[in-house]
Amino acid sequence: MRGRVSTASTLQRLGLRAVGRLGGLRALADPERRRAVEGLLRRGAQAGYSAQVAAGRAFVKRHGSGGPARPSPAPRGGIFDLTPTEDQAMLRDAAAAFADGVLREAGREADDSRGIPAAVAEAAAELGLTLIGVPAALDGIAEEASAVTGALVLEELARGDLSLAVAIMGTASVATAIALYGSADQQATYLPHFTGEAPVRAAALALQEPQPLFDPLAPRTVAVRDGEHLVLDGTKALVARAVDAELFVVSALLDGEARLVIVEASSTGLMVEDDPAMGLRAAHTGRLRLESVRVPAGNLLGSAADHLDAIRRSRLAWAALAVGTSQAVLDQVRDYVVERTAFGEPIGHRQAVAFTVADIAIELDGLRLATWRAAARLDAGKDAAEEVAIARELTRAYAVQIGSHAVQLLGGHGFVKEFDNERWYRDLRATGALEGMVLI
Amino acid sequence: MIDLEVPRRLRPLVESAAAMADEVFRPISRKYDRAEHTCPTELDVMAALIDGMGRSGASGGAGATGAAKESPKSSQDKGIRNGANLSSVLSILETSRGDVGLTLSLPRQGLGNAAIAAVANEEQKLRYAGRWAAMAITEPSAGSDSGAIRTTAVRDGDEYVLNGEKIYVTAGERAELVVVWATLDRSLGKRAIKSFVVERSNPGLRLVRLEHKLGIRASDTAAFVLEDCRVPARDLLGDPEISTAGGFGGAMQTFDNTRPLVAAMALGLTRACLDLTRELLAAEGVEIDWDRPGAVQSAAAARLLQLEADYASARLLTLRAAWMADNGIPNSMEASMAKAKAGRTCVTVALACVELCGATGYAERELLEKWARDAKILDIFEGTQQIQLLVVARRLLGLTSAQLT
Repeated sequence: MRGRVSTASTLQRLGLRAVGRLGGLRALADPERRRAVEGLLRRGAQAGYSAQVAAGRAFVKRHGSGGPARPSPAPRGGIFDLTPTEDQAMLRDAAAAFADGVLREAGREADDSRGIPAAVAEAAAELGLTLIGVPAALDGIAEEASAVTGALVLEELARGDLSLAVAIMGTASVATAIALYGSADQQATYLPHFTGEAPVRAAALALQEPQPLFDPLAPRTVAVRDGEHLVLDGTKALVARAVDAELFVVSALLDGEARLVIVEASSTGLMVEDDPAMGLRAAHTGRLRLESVRVPAGNLLGSAADHLDAIRRSRLAWAALAVGTSQAVLDQVRDYVVERTAFGEPIGHRQAVAFTVADIAIELDGLRLATWRAAARLDAGKDAAEEVAIARELTRAYAVQIGSHAVQLLGGHGFVKEFDNERWYRDLRATGALEGMVLI
Repeated sequence: MIDLEVPRRLRPLVESAAAMADEVFRPISRKYDRAEHTCPTELDVMAALIDGMGRSGASGGAGATGAAKESPKSSQDKGIRNGANLSSVLSILETSRGDVGLTLSLPRQGLGNAAIAAVANEEQKLRYAGRWAAMAITEPSAGSDSGAIRTTAVRDGDEYVLNGEKIYVTAGERAELVVVWATLDRSLGKRAIKSFVVERSNPGLRLVRLEHKLGIRASDTAAFVLEDCRVPARDLLGDPEISTAGGFGGAMQTFDNTRPLVAAMALGLTRACLDLTRELLAAEGVEIDWDRPGAVQSAAAARLLQLEADYASARLLTLRAAWMADNGIPNSMEASMAKAKAGRTCVTVALACVELCGATGYAERELLEKWARDAKILDIFEGTQQIQLLVVARRLLGLTSAQLT
């Protein structure tokens, strides 16, 4: 009987709701009891967090000689061109081979197990992809500004598997950020832990926060100066490989401006809690909680303008990832719709199906070109605020649409795990919605 | 090296076209919207200017005449070219930002000129140089299905005799030449379709009427009847033989070059709408913040962000199609992608801008309502949205026109 709910079921529903949110219970109308229960709950939630014990690594402070090394701007030819340089093509092809030979195959298992399979991690380390944003002068592999290179590489990796791409390149984002914004001392202290014999297991760029309508320019995480230190308080959500990470770059509001701060995982007051999501499973996302975390004031990374630059480069990285996975979608559905038959002919012979594939291709290509344009402007040292925002908006609008088409075109087959499509659907939802994690 | 900016060499051309849009087209835009079928004589001087730009060599071609396919290069030749297709797209975008109807009325810049540039032999190109050519494909019972046209061409000595009916001929009244599609033998289907250059003064080509339209009223749209219209045989464009393959395809190749141009018109109109709407909304305190998520901005700002993103996507798809043509890379699919995206974007944006500006958008005091009327044709002529999607899908899926109809 619609519209009539029995008392028993009302209670049951209240009870169910209480599991999620105790605030709904009448017994808690009394403010004092409510405070007590909330305190308990908070402690309970904290129990979920664990101090970063995995983080034994000591980052011994070093002094860099002279000024910081920066990637030099890539000169432009003054010609409209869509051809990558030979170096870029080489790196892209290496990433493509890795995607086809390793990532695509491993994607399903990584999604199930929420981690990078050992063989994949080894192969990735061998390729040295995490150093594509670090200049050669700092023992990285970038000859010059590398946003375009980064976009091409992320595109290929995500064509293999998006969440593995995030798991692998999340670490690269920290190396790239220190190369782009770090002082000579910061570069000398931290970059050898990426370029050296014993690289960090993982590092993470933690900008995202849990609240809805999160605006990265107004983070709730705050930093307060205390003598020679900064004291950080706040929560970062969906941090890639938070448990494994030995080094974090977090954003925090300092003197009314959003800034980047380097935080070592061993810092007191830093806690990590598992934070699984609908996708990005291989990146084993975690929530980072900072409670009165003290770091040296020298850990402030770059300026407020650099923080803004990091947001833009991160959004562009997501756009490149969206391009790659959307390409995987297109490659698969174009075969599927001419092989699958219904009503006596391939379903691709019907306009409703064929036009959907055409729309995927059109929006994908537009997004790719917008991403390349913004990246090329960054490399040329030009302002790219608008171009990055365009790529971001196209990602927001179309990556999800393409993910949805990917499932819809296969019908029930798209919904079951027999095909990659349901995973693409889940992973593509992240690309236009999340901030941080990756950077080019 | 990947770079998607307007090349330095073409910037002066773009600036000249932009000046023409602002200083010449805009001031007379409303006048010719109201005075439908009146020839905008102000444009004669402009056409001379564009001819000059084309000849100067500095621009590498400005208008529709410039768009021609380059032959594929040898693998040794690594030099990337920004040529006539790109410059045409960029300059047409600017003039269309001024006014699409007036752009279509620019003497010697007709779509027929683009067809001639695409498929004519060298002797023909020389002979038709400097003359304004319109394009006549559509018939009362054959629009998108251009393979189904009924106008016939029968060989008679050194001439062809054309009979049939043509409608929706842009600039048909004002042009000096009309490129007419006709079939040599209806029983042989599409491959028997050829295009003929007919002198506007030919007594067999009779103007029946000019259409009254939703938009682009500055541009005349003519209907003709061809009655025993005798055309010299040398005015058949391309190969006169009915080959088993590639005949109709040859005629259709025109579209690979003209679709990016029409996409550019749609982009120009879209740009006009966005520029004015952003100006009007800024006066109301609404501006896009490029660095904040749309969801934390006002609904109007978030909507503008969406519209700008679709514009940028359509623009880059169009520049890519032109870049491919300039570098001898086959671009049928990419030309249709550009036209599809630009066509639907211009309609969406123009209508959204009317909505965002309310009464100011809907009333005739501003040009927004006119642009919203002009926009619709850009998703129709030179191949409707649906035809573009068919072209794209057939290419993507490797299907023939018989399999995917």
